Amino acid sequence: MTSTLRALLGACAVAGLATVASAETTITVATVNNGDMIRMQGLMSDFYAKHPDIKVNWVTLEENVLRQKVTTDIATKGGQYDVMTIGTYEVPIWGKQGWLLSLDDLPADYDVNDLLPAIRGGLTVDGHLYASPFYGESSMVMYRTDLMKKAGLEMPEKPTWDFIRKAADAMTDKAAGIYGVCLRGKAGWGENMAFLTAMSNSFGASWFDMKWQPQFNGDAWKKTINFYVDMMKADGPPGASNNGFNENLALFQQGKCGMWIDATVAASFVSDPKASKVANDVGFALAPDNGLGKRGNWLWAWSLAIPAGTKHADAAKTFIDWATSKDYLKLVASKEGWANVPPGTRKSLYENPEYAKIPFAKMTLDSINSADPTHPTVNPVPYVGVQFVAIPEFQGIGNDVGQQFSAALAGTETVDQALAKAQELTTRAMTKAGYIK
Amino acid sequence: MARRVTPARKATVTAAAWALGLLIFFPILWTILTSFKSEGDAVAIPPKFLFFDWTLENYAVVNQRSDYLLHFWNSVVISFGSTFAGLLIAIPAAWAMAFVPGRKTKDVLMWMLSTKMMPSVGVLVPIYLLFRNTGLLDTRIGLVIILTLIDLPIIVWMLYTYFKEIPGEILEAARMDGAGLRDEIIHVLTPMAVPGIASTLLLNVILAWNEAFWTLNLTAAKAAPLTAFIASYSSPEGLFYAKLSAASTMAIAPILILGWFSQKQLVRGLTFGAVK
Repeated sequence: MTSTLRALLGACAVAGLATVASAETTITVATVNNGDMIRMQGLMSDFYAKHPDIKVNWVTLEENVLRQKVTTDIATKGGQYDVMTIGTYEVPIWGKQGWLLSLDDLPADYDVNDLLPAIRGGLTVDGHLYASPFYGESSMVMYRTDLMKKAGLEMPEKPTWDFIRKAADAMTDKAAGIYGVCLRGKAGWGENMAFLTAMSNSFGASWFDMKWQPQFNGDAWKKTINFYVDMMKADGPPGASNNGFNENLALFQQGKCGMWIDATVAASFVSDPKASKVANDVGFALAPDNGLGKRGNWLWAWSLAIPAGTKHADAAKTFIDWATSKDYLKLVASKEGWANVPPGTRKSLYENPEYAKIPFAKMTLDSINSADPTHPTVNPVPYVGVQFVAIPEFQGIGNDVGQQFSAALAGTETVDQALAKAQELTTRAMTKAGYIK
Repeated sequence: MARRVTPARKATVTAAAWALGLLIFFPILWTILTSFKSEGDAVAIPPKFLFFDWTLENYAVVNQRSDYLLHFWNSVVISFGSTFAGLLIAIPAAWAMAFVPGRKTKDVLMWMLSTKMMPSVGVLVPIYLLFRNTGLLDTRIGLVIILTLIDLPIIVWMLYTYFKEIPGEILEAARMDGAGLRDEIIHVLTPMAVPGIASTLLLNVILAWNEAFWTLNLTAAKAAPLTAFIASYSSPEGLFYAKLSAASTMAIAPILILGWFSQKQLVRGLTFGAVK
């Protein structure tokens, strides 16, 4: 070999190494459009400073569009995304299918034991953590302190459903456009069924028994739906069967609702003086119960997970470690204040005295802690999930049953008719899917 | 004989036409108005029509957060690309069916239309797998191909009905003067069918611009058009109606302006052949 050729080969090798050393890995992160996620996109300079070799492409989409896209991608091993934002509904199903990479080997300073147990339980399958929580939420009662006082009542920290009904009756003043209680009525597994499933847990109801037989023909569901429909007819806003989270948020912010039982994330919206007319008169309480040992609140965590088809697993893990670390919470606090820190994932956040000053911090933590996704109901059930049943068929069944209960609220069906139809269509779907032999 | 039109009748008809026009335009107008409101005003009860604090803040936020030009350019390439590709295939196809019909032409036309009857989601997974295996996921060329195929039946049908209105004798005369098939289509048929082709083109650009199933499901970061841009501002948990409206206004503005400028062509093309 001539020396020239040797020199050329050497130069090529050096150039090749240099290319490898400076190679930039690009990862694509699919995420939902909510305030905390958008805020993270604005704080990426911190990530790039620490990891100059990783570039992040964002795909932000509305929740249902995102769910459809990432489900298609992961089921076909499409490999379009390296990190996906998914919830506590998807993680148990996808983890079991082997569609997600386990996150058991995150670095020690990630401190997995610092995660809130309820949230961690919802993201763990057979002892492996398959997603890292970015923010967690439960549901609770938000109420108008001024209207409560006017009605001569005092909201207990742990109200019962009977108290909620009594307070709703007392606060309602339809002539003045004030409705005692605003609840979800819009049909959908993530809309009215999230609320009603969580509510039914506190009435001792469940979707299925241990043999996967639907339970809508039982007394507990009858009591739940009758209570809900009666209260909403007496004290709810007109057209409630079309109201979801956003519609009720708008009503509450405009001062039209005495109480609203919904996601804890709403607390920061209703107490924001720029958006809410009643920001200074809002109180919080745990979701109601009936003394049966389960409260009517749910549990959800938007979490970051890595699909098994990714080609950039290491970079994806580095990103997840950064985005869901303790340091990230401190970063948000230093730039945007403690009220804007993504809530509901880490014990250490709630031990922080600065964070404890936020008015809804304690109630959010108590609500999350009182939900148990692995034992959601009074009687034992074969599924996990508080406001959903973590089986792939649930989205379809939940939407269909949601239509029935929305119709019962609108008055186009009686409660008994709605329950009978719910029982029938759930039995049919579960038989077809092979759960009922 | 033309009917006598009294001024009163004319005024009534004009007023009715305006009312109907405004009714149809109202959702777009409301979106545009909402895009200039604060999030609080956007959900105010009762709704605020014109008297609110006008603000450009939503547009500033949207521009800061998203790469509008990238999405816009993707939309332009995808909608015009798929329409031109569709016309290239559909003009000869429609020519054949209109001027040299066979025994089964009607059946072929019906069969083409029947492909539109299947819900898109029914073929999502097979198409997704094809795209994955051919490396077409999240590429503009992939979307041009799929939208061409999806809109082809409509393009063929529209062109077929326009071509049917052109007397076959003119083409025969051209043939007798020695024009080949290529010349016949390019120099005789196409110029006569320009209004029809133009309205087909415009309508399909609009259809492809608004297509929101395949463009959302087959793209991620690189080839995502304006439909994905809008979807990134919608949220079931949080009131972002003003920002969503700003994003929607920015997404529909180009096609709305195109529609206004080509209104004459569109109307002429759509009513072409209606009056004999």
